[in-house]
Amino acid sequence: MTRIKGAELSRRDFLRSGAAVASATLAPGVTLIAFGGSQAQAAADAGKRWGLLIDAGKCDADCSACVSACRDENGWGGHGDADRDAQWIRKVTLQHKATGHETTMPVMCQHCAEPPCVDVCPTGASFKRVDGIVLVDKHTCIGCRYCMMACPFKARSFVHEPVVNQKSHAPRGQGTVESCTLCVHRVDAGGTPACVEACAGAGYEAILFGDLNDPDSQISKRLAEYPSAALRPDLNLGQGVRYANL
Amino acid sequence: MERTLYREIKATGPLWQAAVWLGLFVAAMLASVVYVEHHGHAVTGMTNHVVWGLPHVFAIFLIVAASGALNVASMASVFDKTQYKPLARLSGVLAMALLVGGLAVLVLDLGRPDRLLVAMTTYNFRSIFAWNVLLYTGFLGIVAVYLFVQMSRGMPPGAIRSMGTLAFLWRLALTTGTGSIFGWLVARPGYDAAIMAPLFIAMSFSFGLAVFILVLTALYRLAGRPLGAGLVIRMGRLLAIFAALVLYFTAVQHLTNLYAAEHAGIEAFILSEGGMYTALFWGGQVLIGGLIPIAMIYHPTFGKTPQAARAASVCVVLGGFAQLYVIVIGGQVYPMELFPGYAVTSGFGDGAVAAYQPRWPELLLGLGGVAISLLATGLGAKVLRILPTNLSDANTGSDIGQEG
Repeated sequence: MTRIKGAELSRRDFLRSGAAVASATLAPGVTLIAFGGSQAQAAADAGKRWGLLIDAGKCDADCSACVSACRDENGWGGHGDADRDAQWIRKVTLQHKATGHETTMPVMCQHCAEPPCVDVCPTGASFKRVDGIVLVDKHTCIGCRYCMMACPFKARSFVHEPVVNQKSHAPRGQGTVESCTLCVHRVDAGGTPACVEACAGAGYEAILFGDLNDPDSQISKRLAEYPSAALRPDLNLGQGVRYANL
Repeated sequence: MERTLYREIKATGPLWQAAVWLGLFVAAMLASVVYVEHHGHAVTGMTNHVVWGLPHVFAIFLIVAASGALNVASMASVFDKTQYKPLARLSGVLAMALLVGGLAVLVLDLGRPDRLLVAMTTYNFRSIFAWNVLLYTGFLGIVAVYLFVQMSRGMPPGAIRSMGTLAFLWRLALTTGTGSIFGWLVARPGYDAAIMAPLFIAMSFSFGLAVFILVLTALYRLAGRPLGAGLVIRMGRLLAIFAALVLYFTAVQHLTNLYAAEHAGIEAFILSEGGMYTALFWGGQVLIGGLIPIAMIYHPTFGKTPQAARAASVCVVLGGFAQLYVIVIGGQVYPMELFPGYAVTSGFGDGAVAAYQPRWPELLLGLGGVAISLLATGLGAKVLRILPTNLSDANTGSDIGQEG
C-alpha cells in the first residue's frame, strides 16, 4: 500500500517537470519506434534478400496454423468482422478455370522488389529495407490508404479500431496501415517467421524461408531445381514470395 | 453599357440564413470527424476492401470542380472572351473555396488527420499523391496572386494575362494529377489507364462550370442583383459541350477496355452486371449527367431559357457524383485477379464483389466539405469586391436570349 502511494507521489512529482510532459506526449511514439524508418533500415543487411517459397502442394486445405501463428506472434487478433479486421496473412483457394483443379495456399505481403505500395506512399512511410522486407513506418503513416489501393494482393490492412495489448515487437496504431513484416524482429535476431515455424510444426513444411541472394541457401536451391511462380506475374514486381506446385 | 463595378454583397436576412445552415453542416462534419477519430473507421462503411468511401467521392468532386470553376476566369484572361471578364473574380474565389472544401474532406478522412504536418513536410517524390499535395497548395497560391492582380488598380493587362495563363496551365496539371491518382494504379482493373487524366480534365470542365452557374445564380438571388439570361444561356451552351466531352472520354475508356479480353470482367461489371453500379453508370452518369442536360441545352424552346442552363447544371452535378461513385467505389468493389487463369476464394472476400454501404459519418463529412466551399465563397463575396453590381446582358454584351 505504502509502495503504491510512494509510486503515486513520485509519479506526480515527475509529471510536474516539463520534461515529463514532453515524455508523456512522446510515449506513444516511443513504443512505435520499432518500425521507425532509419532504425529498421539500419538492422537490415544489404547483402541479403529475404524471401519465402510456398509449396501449394504441401499446404493442407483444412490447416490454418500459419494464420494463427502470425496472429499470435504479431497481435492482430480481430473483432469478428472479416472485412475490417487486420489480415496480415490469409488462406486462399485457387481453382483452375479450365481444369477445376483446386489448391490452397497462404497469401501475405509479397515483399516486392518494386513495391507499388512504396511508390504511391506520399510520405515515404511505406518503405523497403535493403534486404527486401517491405514495412510501414508507423511514425509517418498518415492513414491515407493509397498503398492499399495500390497493392495488387490486398495484403495490407487499415487499423479500423482502437488497439489494445500490442506486442512490443509489432507495434500497431489505429488509423495507420499495416501488413506482414516477414517477422522482421525474428529475422533480425537470426530466426525465421512465425508462419514458417508453425507450418513446419504442423508437419507440412509448406513454407520455406531464406536468403534468395545466397545460391547455397535451401530456398535458392529449391527455386533453381523446381518451377515456381509469383502472383500477378504480369506486373513484374519481383516478389520475394514465390509459389510452387500450383 | 455601364462601367463594371464590383461591390461586396450586403448582409441580408436570407444571406445570414444561408450562412447559418452551412455553418450547421460544418459543425455536423466536425462532430462526425471527432466521432470517427474516437471509434476508428470501423463506424464508417469503409472496409479493407473499400478503403476509399463516400468522403473520397465528395472530396474528388470538389477538387475536380475547383479546377473547372477557374475556367471562367481563364476564358476571360487567356482566351479573351470579354463577356466573362466580370465573372473572373468569382471564378477564382470559387475555385479556391472548392479546393479547400475538398481538401478538408480528404484530410479529415485520414486515419491520422493529426499528422497533416507530416504529410506537408515529408515527401516521397515517386508518389503522385505527394505531387498532388504540391499541386493543390501551388494552385491556391497561384490563384490568390491571380485574384490579386485582377483586383489591384493599375495592373497592366499583361500581368493579368500572364497570371491567368499560369493558373490555366497549373489547373491542367492539377487535374492531370488527380486523374493519375487512379490512372497510375496498375493493380486494379478499373483504373490503370492513361485516359484517366484527360477524362478528369473533361470532368473538371463540366462539373466546375455547372457548380459555377449554380453558385452565381444563388449569389445573385441572395444579393438581389440583376443577372442576364443571355450570360447564363451562353454558359449553358458551353456546359453542354463539356458534358459531351465527358461522354466522349467515357466512351473511349470503355470501348478500349472492351477490346481487351483481360478487361472483360470489369467492363461486364460496370456496364451490365454490376447492379447499383451499372444503374449509376447508365442512369446517373450517362443519362442524368450527360444526355439529359445536353438535350435540355439544345432543346429548341427550353434551351433558350436560363432555366435550361440551371437545370442542366443540377443534372451535371448529380451525374458527376454518380460518375465518381462508379469510378471510386465501383473500381474497388470489383475483385482483383490474384492469379490469372484461376478463380480465387477466401475468408477475406477474394474473388467476390465487395459490399459497401456508406454510413452517416461519411455523408456528414462529405456534405461538410461542400458547406465549407459554399461558406468560403459566400464569405469571399461578402468581404471582397468580386461580384459586379450589374450582370444584365446589356452590361456584359451577352444579348442572345430573353431576360429571365
